Amino acid sequence: MSTAELTAQDAELPQDLVDTFIDMAAHEHHPRGAAIEALRLVQERFGWINDAHLAHTARILGMSQADLDGIATYFNLLFRKPVGKNVVMLCDSVSCYIMGAEQTRERLCKKLGVKMGETTPDGEFTVLPIVCLGHCDHAPAMLVGKDLFGPVRPEDIDGIIDDIRARKK
Amino acid sequence: MTGLNPEKQPLLALVDRETPLDPAGYDKKGGWRGLRRALGMSPAEIITEVTDSKLRGRGGAGFSTGMKWSFVPKESSKDRLKYIVANGDEMEPGTFKDRILVEGNPLQLIEGMIISAYAIQARHGIIFLRGEYHLGLERLQQAVIQAREAGFLGENILGSGFDFDLHVHPSAGRYICGEETALITALEGRRANPRAKPPFPQIGGLWGAPTVVNNIETFSNIPHILANGTEWYLGLSACVDGGTKLYGVSGRAKRPGVFELPLGTSLGVILNECAGGMQDGYKLRAFLPGGASTAFLGAEHADIIMDYPTPEKAGSRLGTGLAILLDDRTSPIGMIRNLEHFFAQESCGWCTPCRDGLPWVERLLIAIEEGRGTPEDIDRLHDAARLIGPMGRTFCAHAPGAIAPLASGLKMFAEDFQRMVSKPASGTAESGAAGQAA
Amino acid sequence: MAKIVIDGREVEARSDVNLLQACLEAGEDLPYFCWHPELGSVGACRQCAVKQYANADDTRGRIVMACMTPVTEGAIISVEDPEAKEFRGEVVEWLMTNHPHDCPVCEEGGECHLQDMTVMTGHRERRYRFDKRTHNNQELGPFVKHEMNRCIACYRCVRFYRDYAGGQDLGVFASHNNVYFGRHESGTLESPFSGNLIEVCPTGVFTDKPFSKMYSRKWDMRGAPSVCSNCATGCNTIINERAGKVRRTLNRYNDEVNRYFLCDRGRFGHGWVNAPTRLRSAGYVINGDMTPVPAQAALDHFGKIAASGKLVGIGSPRASLESNYALRKLVGAENFSTGMAEPQHSLVKLAVSLLAAGPARIATMHEMETADGALILGEDVSATSPRMSLALRQIKRTAFNKAADQARVPHWMDASVRTLGQDTISPLFVVSPTVTDLDGFAQDAIRAMPEDAARLGFAIAHRIDTSAPDVAGLTEAEAASASLIAEALLASEKPLLVSGLQYASAALLQATANIASALAAKGKTPLISFVLPEANSMGLALMDGLSLDTIAARSADATLIVLENDLSRRLDGAQFDALVESAANLVVLDHSVTPTAIRSQVTFPSAAYSETDGTLVSAEGRAQRFFQVVYPDAPLQAGWRWIADMAQAAGLSHVKPWGKLDDLIAEIATTMPVFARIPEAAPGSDYELEGTPLRSQTHRVSGRTAIRANISVRDIPPPSSPDTPLHSTMEGSYSTDMPGTLVPFYQVPGWNSEQSLNRFQQEIGGKMRGGDCGVRLVEGVANAAGSYAMDVPSAFAPRAGQFMLLPEARVFGTDEMSMMAQPIVERAAPAVVRIGGAVAKGAQVRLSLNGEVFTVDAVSDPSLPEGVATCPPHMVSRSWSAPGWVSLEITAPAERIGTESAV
Repeated sequence: MSTAELTAQDAELPQDLVDTFIDMAAHEHHPRGAAIEALRLVQERFGWINDAHLAHTARILGMSQADLDGIATYFNLLFRKPVGKNVVMLCDSVSCYIMGAEQTRERLCKKLGVKMGETTPDGEFTVLPIVCLGHCDHAPAMLVGKDLFGPVRPEDIDGIIDDIRARKK
Repeated sequence: MTGLNPEKQPLLALVDRETPLDPAGYDKKGGWRGLRRALGMSPAEIITEVTDSKLRGRGGAGFSTGMKWSFVPKESSKDRLKYIVANGDEMEPGTFKDRILVEGNPLQLIEGMIISAYAIQARHGIIFLRGEYHLGLERLQQAVIQAREAGFLGENILGSGFDFDLHVHPSAGRYICGEETALITALEGRRANPRAKPPFPQIGGLWGAPTVVNNIETFSNIPHILANGTEWYLGLSACVDGGTKLYGVSGRAKRPGVFELPLGTSLGVILNECAGGMQDGYKLRAFLPGGASTAFLGAEHADIIMDYPTPEKAGSRLGTGLAILLDDRTSPIGMIRNLEHFFAQESCGWCTPCRDGLPWVERLLIAIEEGRGTPEDIDRLHDAARLIGPMGRTFCAHAPGAIAPLASGLKMFAEDFQRMVSKPASGTAESGAAGQAA
Repeated sequence: MAKIVIDGREVEARSDVNLLQACLEAGEDLPYFCWHPELGSVGACRQCAVKQYANADDTRGRIVMACMTPVTEGAIISVEDPEAKEFRGEVVEWLMTNHPHDCPVCEEGGECHLQDMTVMTGHRERRYRFDKRTHNNQELGPFVKHEMNRCIACYRCVRFYRDYAGGQDLGVFASHNNVYFGRHESGTLESPFSGNLIEVCPTGVFTDKPFSKMYSRKWDMRGAPSVCSNCATGCNTIINERAGKVRRTLNRYNDEVNRYFLCDRGRFGHGWVNAPTRLRSAGYVINGDMTPVPAQAALDHFGKIAASGKLVGIGSPRASLESNYALRKLVGAENFSTGMAEPQHSLVKLAVSLLAAGPARIATMHEMETADGALILGEDVSATSPRMSLALRQIKRTAFNKAADQARVPHWMDASVRTLGQDTISPLFVVSPTVTDLDGFAQDAIRAMPEDAARLGFAIAHRIDTSAPDVAGLTEAEAASASLIAEALLASEKPLLVSGLQYASAALLQATANIASALAAKGKTPLISFVLPEANSMGLALMDGLSLDTIAARSADATLIVLENDLSRRLDGAQFDALVESAANLVVLDHSVTPTAIRSQVTFPSAAYSETDGTLVSAEGRAQRFFQVVYPDAPLQAGWRWIADMAQAAGLSHVKPWGKLDDLIAEIATTMPVFARIPEAAPGSDYELEGTPLRSQTHRVSGRTAIRANISVRDIPPPSSPDTPLHSTMEGSYSTDMPGTLVPFYQVPGWNSEQSLNRFQQEIGGKMRGGDCGVRLVEGVANAAGSYAMDVPSAFAPRAGQFMLLPEARVFGTDEMSMMAQPIVERAAPAVVRIGGAVAKGAQVRLSLNGEVFTVDAVSDPSLPEGVATCPPHMVSRSWSAPGWVSLEITAPAERIGTESAV
């Protein structure tokens, strides 16, 4: 099931997140200070931030939807569209470029049968470019979920992806 | 543990990337000494000592840390809301030093922040960490909890009467957040566009309150200055400014990495002695001395002293101190295109030259790289460099940073550019007719 | 003032502004986008680059953004410097990389700031040869069209909409060159100030949707200075006409009144002048049917009727002073009504007498913006005078300046001041029975029923000056609030008090006046404002006349002449019927078909505000002149001309025809001392500039004769009117020095958009070069002794089994004329009764108002006390508008599904 299906029926945020957000807001000088962290938590739970969750979060923080969505769409790591179970982020910055990230990318896209920015039809993987991961001494670097890989040469791709697929089963 | 000598490499000596020290372990290894001493001093004395130690900001701009603090209004922390913020938005391409500090010894950062908070009399601290540093986030959050439990954070720290607490703010990914006013704007839950100065953050920062933002490496120096004194700290350095520096290289070096060395070490030592020199079959052609937003220096500068003034005299900047190596087998045009893609993508969208000028630069570079460029395209790139590059043309330093490698690269790699545009054009498929009336 | 040097020319510049303003004020053509005279500087567009030199020996200089650089004594700058010019040209080229170059089909074309700036910088050749990014547009409701591809990301829209006007539903999305300005999803813009986006946007992203349906280029339209008649605030407007139709309403700058902005009711509420509901011919009842007849036949018929008995005249607070005066003269003062029923009639008069006799000065809206202690007592200003509420919103922003001063940040550095001031406590207090849009701008918003609000006001006055009457039996919270507000007002340099007539409470007005008197007694110079119901309520109160109730008793068997007034909005059904039936004849002069006009025996079609000229007195006591932009076909003419014709037809020789408006104005000024100064409201029709009358079309107006050359090449003489100083064509003079009250459009060479206004001002944001607009007739008495109203009302007490029904004024829906304009009708939400206490979703109420029973959707409003409900006036019962006890029967929503109509 893709994250879109996972959250489609949930119009409201679960109570524990609501409580967390209220608590976070109370600890800020102004509730809106908790905006980015709250959006991150929504995404951590559901994989992405849907309109209903955004609206509910905005209400808790006393912000308008336009205001909060202005933030959600501003930051690279906040997803306003559904993503696959595993978000594969391949560094496209300079050190990794020098170390052959473009070849790694080609291999990755071929392996998964998608272009950058797309999700595999089975909903398992979304591949995205990411700016420098601060792993330049292990370039090319790649982040899958919270796991950092590097150096990822084209020939390493099959192993990494197959491992993840196997782990899920 | 790194096995480094704390007398020579204080920043990394206690770094343990497997299992960082807890507060007690940190204490045993000499941690908290700086804090204990600092709490017995007056805030003004600390600021003087940090100023005298000639610690300059390690985030890239190199401003005197003590001086920065001295601009903060002097009211006590009980009388005025103030903030101390650690800038851990390490997103400068080719830079990977702060990650080591937060993953390997978060308490050093926390101790530095407590001392700094006391010096400017701030009650609240925030560590702004880039969102991709998942391990760093986990380690920092744990360290904050441990430090609080051990009485180093919270009320009446070590019986001093000083109250201070901090929390970790993971970012959601935006290079511009590394700019201190943008970082503050992000902390307020707003689009992280930089802010105009004045007011400077030291006067009107987070929520309009006095705020000091320092880099993680900068804060990590503070405990050692306070523990060991100015003289000792100045003695660590190989130049007029104080301390050690986390240097590093990435690209086609044999052993790319981060190395703590006296400030003012030469790139030759960093590259050849620490990083093992260039990989076999690759020659150094040029390098960016301190991150993506510094200008190219040619291989003739391979021995340059990496202090603050020398790279500047050579036409570049020390920046973050982590060099990116361009080898003889990588296309300089491709590298510049890659850099400009990054800067265009990471523009916040606030001011025109950056928002609309950089994407044009990127497209010109793509066209040239793909053999669709014209000699006029190179003129356009020169125009952009000339018009966007100087400070003050754009709202913040993002675009001048973007232009640094472009302008220097256009000069240094002029022949490569010429060669690409003198080839017969292989495609002219762009939409829109050039020369049409505007 | 400071001396600065611009390209070798030494000029005097104000020292509290930035170099961009200084350059513009010195007449330089320096382009800009993100800076706006009312919104300040943020440094986003980088368009206003100039070269600044450190001193006379500095030959290199450096590029600075003029809008972000303060004027300093001796500053040396160059606008013409080649490097600065090249940079400015390149900024436009960058801005245009994604712009669609669709000027020929863009409705901004011809008055587009982006076009002007592009020409100004000399960017002529497009060198960007790559794809442009494109955006999807949004549907933003009946007022504003959205075309995001034209956006140059100057951020003005969000800065106006959110920062300045406090709107929430417009935002910036995404980043880098993909930034998007819009709503989070398609939908009607919620702010009642959304129309200003059309003028604030420097290009064609936000354009005027109703105008779009009858679009014409700026240069093809005639313009005339006008005054908005959709409330009592008196905002200055420009109306545009082509081919006999009013096309749109624009803001006209009046530095003391509306300055740069209008509300949406004012901007989009003019459509009734073109609507099929207009009366276009005279008529009288023949065989039971109203029959159109030639004007003279109707006049003759009137002459016969009038000869047979007494004449009674009912004036109107929505008609001009001149027409009202003419009617009053025709029927005699003892037979003239203000057209207002009780309690409004007495309350308007009370308000005016309190203002005239009290020590406080009536606040201009510009003065309100800078008040440093303000109380709104028992009025939802955001609904009854939206533009005033926009001024009141600025009180909080002005308070930020203190923090800015401490940090030595100039006030025009808008973003910086907002950063520094964000924790500033607003000096505004709101006391209202219902939630208001201003609550969010206030230090405290206190919910109180009108009686309790008045009691709080009395208590505040007493705490300021103990010789004012005290209030017994205040709750602890009320006492605390009274003390807090009293202290805040006493501590302020410019205390401001605002109340109004929404809740028809004399006590509220008196309590407000008491606070003003108390402040004056303590040496303060308070400002005051009472929101009045209609465009000329103040004028009618000053003119003096009887209430509708009084005149009704005197009109039996008389010929009743009703001037531009729909009595069915003022009298309940039975009273209305009684009045109409008891009169011998009902004669109606109006511009539109109203329920009153339908009942008339004789009708005369009067010209609307866009077709005639006249004077209105705003709630500020400011007499202002509106001028015609349309030259209507006969028989339409001004009300006062009809009255003169009627007098002639009836052989009433005490009314002599006035040849032109100026003659009538002169007569009013000499016969009624209170109006002695109205001739000063605007120059007369003989006004000439440089030896010729003013023109009302641009030089470029196309094809005046050619447009019908296929029919005839004969040049039809242009229409003219003896009443207006504006010539109807492009012939005549036009200059930036023309009186502010006569500006028909803004345009100077190189500046075709409304931004050219800068050239018409003595200084940016200051007075017009050609002088002020309007003249104030009511000034208060500066040293008025502290005389206090003593009648403190008793506290509100709920009644078992009944509801106190309060009028819920609305920006869209409760006003008369704007509800004959289609865009406003579309924007108005359905009427709903809000009830304190629990109400099931989907419930309805049956309520009896003024003798009629209505069934209306009901919603629960937790901010109201139990036993209290609100209902929009005029939307349910046509006449109901004043609070009263009613019985409400709430019906369960058993069979009603999906009819929830909360607004």
